[in-house]
Amino acid sequence: MQANQSAAKTQSQPARTALYDLHVELGARLVSFAGFTMPLNYPAGILTEHHHTRSQASLFDVSHMGRFRIQGTDAMLALESVCPADLDALAPDRLRYSVLTNDAGGVIDDVIIRRAGSDFELIANAANRATDEQWLDERIGEQCRISVDEHFALLALQGPTAAQVLRDLNPGVDELVFMQAAHLPLAHIDCLVTRAGYTGEDGFEISVPIAAADKLARRLLADSTVQPAGLGARDSLRLEAGLSLHGQELGPTISPVEAGLGWTIAQTRRADGARAGGFPGSERILRELKQGPARRRRGLLPEGRAPVRAGTPLVDEHGTVIGHVSSGGHSPTLERPIGLGFIETQALDSNTPVFAEIRGRRVAIALTRPPFIPHRYQHSHS
Amino acid sequence: MTQMKFSRDHEWVRIEDNGEAVIGITDFAQGELGDVVFAELPEIGREVGAGEEAAVVESVKAASDIKMPISGTVIAINENLADSPELINQDPLGDGWFLRLKPNRAEELDQLMDEAAYQDFISNQG
Repeated sequence: MQANQSAAKTQSQPARTALYDLHVELGARLVSFAGFTMPLNYPAGILTEHHHTRSQASLFDVSHMGRFRIQGTDAMLALESVCPADLDALAPDRLRYSVLTNDAGGVIDDVIIRRAGSDFELIANAANRATDEQWLDERIGEQCRISVDEHFALLALQGPTAAQVLRDLNPGVDELVFMQAAHLPLAHIDCLVTRAGYTGEDGFEISVPIAAADKLARRLLADSTVQPAGLGARDSLRLEAGLSLHGQELGPTISPVEAGLGWTIAQTRRADGARAGGFPGSERILRELKQGPARRRRGLLPEGRAPVRAGTPLVDEHGTVIGHVSSGGHSPTLERPIGLGFIETQALDSNTPVFAEIRGRRVAIALTRPPFIPHRYQHSHS
Repeated sequence: MTQMKFSRDHEWVRIEDNGEAVIGITDFAQGELGDVVFAELPEIGREVGAGEEAAVVESVKAASDIKMPISGTVIAINENLADSPELINQDPLGDGWFLRLKPNRAEELDQLMDEAAYQDFISNQG
C-alpha cells in the first residue's frame, strides 16, 4: 500500500486549538492542516460522520479559521474597497458571504463578513490567515484598524437536529435565520451564535471564549443526536453541497464569475450600480459578468464508481484538454463519485462531451449544476 | 489452509492447498486508508511481477496503489468488491480479498514476513 497523496502536509510545530485534549480523548486521527493540529476523523470514520451530519447533527472544531476585526469610521467604505459586497445594505448582525479579490480579478480568499455595530468582522480560511492580514493591512490599513481576534474558539454544529440541540440550551436560537448572528448564552457561557455553516445543512457556528470551549463542546456532545466530525467529513459535505473551497475552486487566478460566484458581486457594485466597481480586479470581473468568462465551474458526475481526483485534466472526444477537475471524491449520500471542475465556455456552449482519464482509462463525465444535494438552510422562522 | 504471509507494503498472501495464492490488504492497511469506496483490480490472465502496482483502492481520502507481494498470473478477482468495496474495511483478511494468483516461484514467499514479524513491523511504524 502506497499513498499517492497524503491528507495534509506536515509542518513544524502546528498550533493546537482549545479542543485539542478533547480530540485526543475522543480518539481522533489528527493531522497537520494550515498550521494547526486538527481532527481528520474520529473512530467512527469519515463516511459515518458524513451520514450522521445529514441525518442528525455533528460537532466540528473550526477554531483554525481566521478572524479579523475592522474598526473605524471609514470601516465600511474601506472594506468595500477590497470586496464586491454591498456592506451599506448589510444590517447589524447579518452575515454576508464575500470574496477578497486581487488586482487580476482573482480571489485571495472567500470570507464571511458580519456587521458588528459600527465594526465589521471577517471569518477567513485558516490557510489564508497570514495572506489576508497582509493584504488588508496593505490596502486598508491606513483607513481603519485591523486586528486579529484570537480569544475565541469556533465550533460548528451542523445537521437537521442542530437547532433542537441549541434550543434546549437557549430558545433564543429560534430567532435566528440563515446568515444571522446573535450574542446568546449557551449553558451559561456567553457565545456569539451564527446560523451558518459549510455543509449545506441547517446549522450554527458558535464563537466561544477559549477558556469555556471545552466545556461547551462536551455539553453539545452530551446530546444523544450529536457526534464529533472532522475535516474529512467537512470536505465531502461541502463538496456534495457544491460549495467552493479556496485553493481548489477559488484562487488568485480564478475570478468569482468563473467560479460561479457572480452573485457575490452586489447590484450596487456592478457596472450601472450606485457604487460601481472600486474593488480590486473590478475591470475583469465586471467585464466577465457582462460578456461571460472564458471558463465556468460545473458539477461533475463521472460514469462508474471510481472517484476523479483534483488536478485531473478534462478532455473532449479528441483528447484535447478543455478544463480540469478542481475537487473530486466520493459522495456518501449519492453513493457515487462527484466533483467540481472548470470547463472552457466554448466547449460548454457547443455541448462537447467531456471525459477524464483515470489510470489510462477514459471515463465519461456528465455535467451538472451544483449543489448535488439540496441545501437545507433555514431562511425564515419556523 | 496454510498460514498467511505479509509484505512491508501491508498486503497479505495466503497459499491454499491447491497451490493458488489469495492476496489482499491487512487490517492495519484498511485502517490507514479509511473507508474504501472503490477498488480497481487487474484483468484475469494478466502476468504480475512481485512489487508491481497491479490494483488501486480509492478511499474517501485518497487513491492508493496496491503492490503484488509475489509474482504470478491472475486467475480470479473478487467480483464482490465492485458493488461492495466496504468489504475491504469490514473483513480485510476474509471477504475483502482482492485477487487469486497462480504463483510463479514459491521461494518468493520466503521474502515475506510471518504474522508475528508483521505485527512487530507495524508496531515499530508509529
